[in-house]
Amino acid sequence: MNLYTRRRLANGVALVAACAAAAFGLLFLGWILWTLAAKGLAGVDWALFTQDTPPPMAEGGLRNAFYGSAVMCLMAIGIGTPLGIAAGTWLSEYGTAGRIGTAVRFVNDILLSAPSIVLGLFVYTLVVQQAGGSFSAMAGALSLAFIVLPVVVRTTDEMLQLVPAQMREAALSLGVPQWKVTMQVLYRSALPGIVTGVLLALARISGETAPLLFTAFGNQYWNTDITRPMASVPVVMYQFAGSPYESWQGIAWAGALVLTLFVLLTSLVARAVVARHRVSHD
Amino acid sequence: MTDPRPAKLAARGLDFHYGDFRALKSIDLDIPERQVTALIGPSGCGKSTLLRVFNRIYALYPKLRASGQVLLDGEDILDPKYPMNRLRSRVGMVFQKPVPFPMTIFENVAYGIRHHERLPKAEMAARVEEALRQAALWDEVKDKLGQNALGLSGGQQQRLCIARAVALRPDVLLLDEPTSALDPLSTARIEQLVAELKRDYTIAIVTHNMQQAARVSDFTAFMYLGDLVEHGPTGTIFSNPSKQQTEDYITGRFG
Repeated sequence: MNLYTRRRLANGVALVAACAAAAFGLLFLGWILWTLAAKGLAGVDWALFTQDTPPPMAEGGLRNAFYGSAVMCLMAIGIGTPLGIAAGTWLSEYGTAGRIGTAVRFVNDILLSAPSIVLGLFVYTLVVQQAGGSFSAMAGALSLAFIVLPVVVRTTDEMLQLVPAQMREAALSLGVPQWKVTMQVLYRSALPGIVTGVLLALARISGETAPLLFTAFGNQYWNTDITRPMASVPVVMYQFAGSPYESWQGIAWAGALVLTLFVLLTSLVARAVVARHRVSHD
Repeated sequence: MTDPRPAKLAARGLDFHYGDFRALKSIDLDIPERQVTALIGPSGCGKSTLLRVFNRIYALYPKLRASGQVLLDGEDILDPKYPMNRLRSRVGMVFQKPVPFPMTIFENVAYGIRHHERLPKAEMAARVEEALRQAALWDEVKDKLGQNALGLSGGQQQRLCIARAVALRPDVLLLDEPTSALDPLSTARIEQLVAELKRDYTIAIVTHNMQQAARVSDFTAFMYLGDLVEHGPTGTIFSNPSKQQTEDYITGRFG
């Protein structure tokens, strides 16, 4: 066998292996989506969005859970985004070289990979126990905000670092002070990336269950008071999917399908934002 | 060397350190008013560093420090009391790579003006037009001022950067290898532009291109390893340098 044949053979083997690995991954993704559609589609109807979670064996919907998820996720984004952007800006523009900057970046990476249940436990100790053991949507939102925060810090930092140093120098050499350059020139350049980071954080927290279990807890009834326990889609899914009642199981699958579609949509929007506003840094 | 024109910008005993490394060694250099002074020398000789001292852009980074004096119209700009942003509005800079801001063409030019002056709309439009005309870009962009500046070609982007700098009506323009990222045609346009701009501005240009220095400059300073080796009228430097080192460099024997 000469060298050329051997290389062609090696190339063929590697190509087949790579394709097989890709197909293997896609197979499971397809399987999951198929199962979701098959079991969830039947449950997606008008009642799912207009009725609250039912008692066992009764019919109902997920109105209170959708509302709770929306409220807590938006509050978490509202808390985590400004803090994260501010911290990321400091890291990239002021603290890059210093020792504190390195330490903050390291700690942020730890927070980024901290198990979400630990964050829930932290908020449970910090807020719920201090309030005399009363669960609340506020505590739930706070625990989700701790997931949003490191993601936004990281993306803001990274996106600002991608802005070429010459752009900073060009703006500063016009005699414009640094804070103005950051707000008016650098953010404009980094914005699509930061928006994407926030959207991906939103997609991630919308499916988080563990930190909500002992912060927002859950609520079978309609509630808009953020100082009281509130339902959320993932927690209801956790309770209902494992129950022996068929109506509950159906609602859980329908909820899973809606949640997945929401995450899919958010990711698509994030991709579209990047594609449309791609700023060339060549 | 006798010089008929007064020095707009002058370095006196200027030292520069990157941490412990001494990048400029006691530089004395006069940059005469409304003339083009070229800074040449091999990579790492300190010519860009010198340029970056003139508007104190180096101050952005930690561990860099300049000592000695740099006089702009007789005032020492290295004095911490000299307001940095006023300095930068008087000494504009154009960089090697064109970096338009992610805004419209109009906003790119108006951005600097807006920070320093409050102008009525019509006056602002006139200032932007004036700057774009000075940068020889007006005819190409007058119908698309509202478009994103990133859509311009590389040569146009660089002229936009020049327009952005001259829009502030500075006294001095610093050009840091302004054509090294451009094709020959765009380079020729920028060189022509430099010749026109020197009517209104004092210009210092760093270049790696010996022919460019010979074409555009009135004075040339040759630097090597942080020293200013020789400085004088461009004709003299290129035809009859007094130092052997200078002759070796411009004839391509080293560097």
